[in-house]
Amino acid sequence: MDLYSLTLTDIAKKIKNKEVTIKEVLDSVYSRIDEVEPKVDAYITLTRDMAYQRAEELQQRLDNGEDIGVLGGVPIAIKDNICTNSVKTTCASRMLENFTPIYNATVVKRLEDAGAIMVGKTNMDEFAMGSSTETSYIKKTKNPWNLARVPGGSSGGSAAAVSADMAYAALGSDTGGSIRQPASYCSVVGLKPTYGLISRFGLIAFASSLDQIGPFTKTVEDAALMLNVIAGYDKMDTTSANVEKVDYVSGLSNNLNGKVVGIPTDFITDGINKDVKLAYDKAIETVKNAGAKVQEIKLEYAKYSLATYYIIATAEASSNLGRYDGIRYGYRAKDFSDLDELYVKSRTEGFGEEVKRRIMLGTYVLSSGYYDAYYKRAQQVRTLIVENFKKAFEACDVIMIPTAPNTSFKFGAHNASPLEMYLEDIYTVPVNIAGLPGISVPGGFDNNGMPIGIQFIAKAFDEKTLLQAAYAFEQNTDYHTERPKIEEGK
Amino acid sequence: MSISKEEVKHIAKLSKLNLTEQELDKYTNDLSDIVNFANELSNIDVDGIKPTAHILDIKNVFRKDEVQPSYDREQILKNAPSKDAGCISVPKVVE
Repeated sequence: MDLYSLTLTDIAKKIKNKEVTIKEVLDSVYSRIDEVEPKVDAYITLTRDMAYQRAEELQQRLDNGEDIGVLGGVPIAIKDNICTNSVKTTCASRMLENFTPIYNATVVKRLEDAGAIMVGKTNMDEFAMGSSTETSYIKKTKNPWNLARVPGGSSGGSAAAVSADMAYAALGSDTGGSIRQPASYCSVVGLKPTYGLISRFGLIAFASSLDQIGPFTKTVEDAALMLNVIAGYDKMDTTSANVEKVDYVSGLSNNLNGKVVGIPTDFITDGINKDVKLAYDKAIETVKNAGAKVQEIKLEYAKYSLATYYIIATAEASSNLGRYDGIRYGYRAKDFSDLDELYVKSRTEGFGEEVKRRIMLGTYVLSSGYYDAYYKRAQQVRTLIVENFKKAFEACDVIMIPTAPNTSFKFGAHNASPLEMYLEDIYTVPVNIAGLPGISVPGGFDNNGMPIGIQFIAKAFDEKTLLQAAYAFEQNTDYHTERPKIEEGK
Repeated sequence: MSISKEEVKHIAKLSKLNLTEQELDKYTNDLSDIVNFANELSNIDVDGIKPTAHILDIKNVFRKDEVQPSYDREQILKNAPSKDAGCISVPKVVE
């Protein structure tokens, strides 16, 4: 078996036990990248030289008998909206094409402190705005399960990299589903933690009240291990929550005895693909067989999440992206006659179509005369959605729904109507609106062989129960053991 | 309710974006679609419901105002599109 195909947990053990050297592991991952990256295009930047240098240092420390951390020597990929010291962080935008941060995001520092090695920065929708990674200014990432289809988004590069064994794990960010939906499309595990559990310091902001960093992994156990490393309070992020440190790996068991799984039947309606619905019905049987009690719950306001989301997220984005003015960093237009023209030309030339659409929508809902009708009302509906989940969790421990209503689509399928693409996020956005943790686990395949994800949602800061449910589901199915062929299909 | 071309022009101006005629048409359509969709919220009774700006129960996180070493000026300026004499250079701001 090739080293690159192992799990994060297994490769970390092998390195620690000196069954393999860190260089051998890196060689395996980079030769895999050389083989499949030309077809998949998951990465924007590869950090090969840095990685080998770090591998040497880590190996020396390991050989000297030092503890090099729980991720010691393990190659990991980072989404390109997470700042990495001295490595370009482009947000897949012309605006930041040549931006090189001078500090590490807290999550990057935590990974480094745990011994991880960054292999590269992954492709994404521009400024994380999209559900297919097609809005990237840099390149189009292909789905390893069928190169004619999208990997999902916005963290499509991270999902594809892990799915195609080009990294043992990757970091992504999730504002409305940007970790879970591509995880679903690429048949990997994608975890969006509770808002506040992971520091956002160094994450380039899209919608600050919704953004959260999380891991992509091949297994649920690996996700728990990543969470152990990246979770925790950070004084550099004032929205970081000061909660007690939990070990997410210990005690994972393959049954759900005594657990109640909530099924929001009123939320699973007509828009869902029939193969996804079949996989979901099967998932209900799986959790029952694993010992869970299944309880019907109501989430009557969840269907309004999408409209709420597109008002709140774009409002916050229009404000956050105001900083890109061509002055201090980022793209500056070449020809301008005065300051205002510098601003307008730099932004007009630096931002892509989807980013402009969202900046304008956000500007509209915040503008005088519309603020109350849209922004304030959306925030009120947000309260109703939060209450809805609180009530639901009185009757169950976790909620289970599909991750996305459909499977991966072909490139350009939603070009004509942005709204259609937004609808792909219907099952993921409620989780961000309410700030809850959610995880997508491989849950089957449609009749074209494209992956389907099953999503679990838990109470705020109850990642322990969330991961337990996901782990039990995974251990009672074998979808996660299937690997993509990395070729073009139907 | 849909958005007019004039409104989109105005929003673009507020957003400091230039639109071509073709883009103006496309964005007018797209934004109208999305706003129409978002109008489903107007059917919900939100009377007396407190708005949620943020799901965590925290506000005004303060810290001590202490002098600390910061990033190196030369390092910061590396990302500036135009610089001069250790400063970021911009067109004339005040006439």
